[in-house]
Amino acid sequence: MGAGHAHPLHHHGHSRVHHLAPEAKVAAAFATTVAIAITPREALWAFAIHAAVLAGVVATARLPLRFVLARLTVVLPFVTFALFLPFVAGGEQVEVFGLEVARDGLWAMGNVLTKATLGATVSIVLAGTTESSRILMGLERLRVPAALTTIATFMLRYLELIADEIGRVRTAMAARGYAPRWLWQARPMASAAGALFIRSYERGERVHAAMAARGFTGTMPDLGIRRAGPAEWFMAATVPTFALAVTLTALLTN
Amino acid sequence: MPPSDAAPAILVDDLHFHYPDGTQALDGLSLRIDRGERVAALGPNGAGKTTLALHCNGIHVPERGRVEVLGVPVDEANLPEVRRRVQLVFQDANDQLFMPTVREDVAFGPANLGLRGAELDDRVAEALAAVGASDLAGRAPHHLSGGERRRAALATVLAMRPDVLILDEPTSGLDPAARRELLDVLAGVPQTLLVITHDLPFSLELCERAVVVDAGRIVVDMPTRALLTDEELLHAHRLELPFGFHLSPTDRG
Amino acid sequence: MHAPDGFLNVGTAVATGALSAGAVSVALRQSREQLGDRQVPLAGLSAAFVFAAQMVNFPVAAGTTGHLLGGALAAILLGPAVGTLVVTVVVVVQALVFADGGLTALGYNVLNMAVVTSFGGYAAFVLMRRLLPRNGTGVVVAAGLAAGISVVLSSMAFSIEWLFGATADVPFDTVFGAMVGVHLLIGIGEGAITALAVGAVLAARPDLVHGARDLDRIALNDRPPVGIRAFAIGATLVTLLVATVVSQFAVDDPDGLEFVAEEQGFLESGEDHSFGDSLFADYATRGLGNESASLAVAGATGVAITLAVGFGLFAAVRERRRDPTTAG
Repeated sequence: MGAGHAHPLHHHGHSRVHHLAPEAKVAAAFATTVAIAITPREALWAFAIHAAVLAGVVATARLPLRFVLARLTVVLPFVTFALFLPFVAGGEQVEVFGLEVARDGLWAMGNVLTKATLGATVSIVLAGTTESSRILMGLERLRVPAALTTIATFMLRYLELIADEIGRVRTAMAARGYAPRWLWQARPMASAAGALFIRSYERGERVHAAMAARGFTGTMPDLGIRRAGPAEWFMAATVPTFALAVTLTALLTN
Repeated sequence: MPPSDAAPAILVDDLHFHYPDGTQALDGLSLRIDRGERVAALGPNGAGKTTLALHCNGIHVPERGRVEVLGVPVDEANLPEVRRRVQLVFQDANDQLFMPTVREDVAFGPANLGLRGAELDDRVAEALAAVGASDLAGRAPHHLSGGERRRAALATVLAMRPDVLILDEPTSGLDPAARRELLDVLAGVPQTLLVITHDLPFSLELCERAVVVDAGRIVVDMPTRALLTDEELLHAHRLELPFGFHLSPTDRG
Repeated sequence: MHAPDGFLNVGTAVATGALSAGAVSVALRQSREQLGDRQVPLAGLSAAFVFAAQMVNFPVAAGTTGHLLGGALAAILLGPAVGTLVVTVVVVVQALVFADGGLTALGYNVLNMAVVTSFGGYAAFVLMRRLLPRNGTGVVVAAGLAAGISVVLSSMAFSIEWLFGATADVPFDTVFGAMVGVHLLIGIGEGAITALAVGAVLAARPDLVHGARDLDRIALNDRPPVGIRAFAIGATLVTLLVATVVSQFAVDDPDGLEFVAEEQGFLESGEDHSFGDSLFADYATRGLGNESASLAVAGATGVAITLAVGFGLFAAVRERRRDPTTAG
């Protein structure tokens, strides 16, 4: 569930999408996802257009198809849920391949699958073309509180260190024959987690000391990194604007 | 060279300090380091060397006794001034490299001092060049080797243009080549140096003077070469030259 | 529970987004109060810890594994404000940087996984501590129970969101029964791991457990009258019992489909749920028909979550900066 990947998705490249300013990309990603999410589920034509547009963006970004498909597996748990819908939903029944399923359930299944997949594709394009620190910078430029983005920056900076520590502890435990299968055998893992928390917190205190030693008094200094120009916003806005137009048309003609 | 009656770089007078859990870390420690000196702080683990270092850059405030850096007393009121003048390179470089890229880390300090734009960029370039890390500017800290991290951390504090540099175990964990690179860098910096280390040959090469900290006080204070040729004195404080390393009191090594 | 885009309707996404934004801004302000200029490095490192801990597989039974959510753990160790903040950062970064969870689903994902688990979990923790002995064991047991409860609260919140924002014709009680039933079981794992982890921190650095800051060394080591093992077994049995009862909700009436068809006919005649139709999602209330019990359950659930989160928020705001003597 919460067990995502430890390695950010950034797929190094020099496409036009890669070079767009992050705040423009983040805003565009949100807008496009909104457009997809509010598309009425019966408007299959609209979804087809959305998919085509996204495919175009993936191609422009020169992201390998295998890469995108691999990361799309994150929606699998919901695919499973979605597949149940025709069987658990109520309402009018129809027959499909000899099975009695709810017609509404079929629509709902299609709706969830499509929106989840398309939405995830947008996220993958964003994460794949933008370094994590720049995504956070983009958020900050979009007026997300600096404290939040800085905390996130630090989190990402130290995540690998902590994940490495966990790896070392697990190796050490496994080397001494620890292979738990039941919950009550998990005590050493939980103790290790507690110890890891303490070490992480203490490192946090040392980092604070280092920051204070270099003059930090509570607000991050302005390190002078450039903002997006109007041309970049314009370019970034093409996809979401088009997507929103499609969605609006779908909503109005529904 | 500054006039001889200028305030010493570091002046510690009868310093006492104990940690919240009760351990007496410093027990009447006194030390004077003049500007331009390079002093090695040697001694067994737990002797109080790091605690002493943390007093000199204001992370700890003396509970009893006095600490002055360049004539400025270390107390709550003077902390910003103290921190401008004294910088510490931590044992774990990861604690000092908290920004996404090396460039941003080096820029962090001077930006806090108010530098902006071209002035900031120049300061960053200067610090990176001083440690031979100009090519590491755009890299993320977790993609650096141990030696590169150590030099990057050094750059972050050099960018503050301190008068005094304290280094805590700078060579620990470094391979011989990285160690040599660091030594070369440190040999060239203008700052007054206080180097906490277990690496005796390093202390010999870099520092003309050595003090031994034991049980919270300075117990030995003499020229480095003289100390390292005194086997009895070394052993009395859990120090030992590396195997095969021979020093005569007179040869230039 | 990283829901994808389009899972719940727009109104729900917007409403939960607003609620989350409000709760997180309180958390942001209060953690600043609490930590001062240490806020960024401490919260950052703690968030890294939570993120990393969420990736660990811990064994549940016969080789199957589970994952820690960590909201209650974060709140108990760091305080409700910092805890909520930390898990929020984790969830947001997972969505934006790791493409895990829909961007339009951030509202309810943050609400369910960060706000409800941390603020609500902390409220449960405070309540449990009042009922348990004032010593180290009391803290550990309270932590375990609170963590289990936090997971259940989270699933309840999701069920309530489904009631308002369902995009499929699956009635509230089915979703409630399935989600809450399953999460009662998941809660056992979360509770056990949280309790043990808090115990480990308490043993080495009790000053780092925000939820135990009212206890000094002596009180911490005070001998408990009830053993932990007995308690753990008791709690697990009770949980299993409740899970069985709750999951009955998930099972349709034997004549479920006919019943629903009747409902449809009934609805089309325009007689039923005129209030319900406008506020609740078109689907989720079908099956509520004559079962005012279901609506009562929904209401009670909503109230419980609101109280829990509200109390957690209140506790966070009430705490004065670095005051070691006030009990949560």
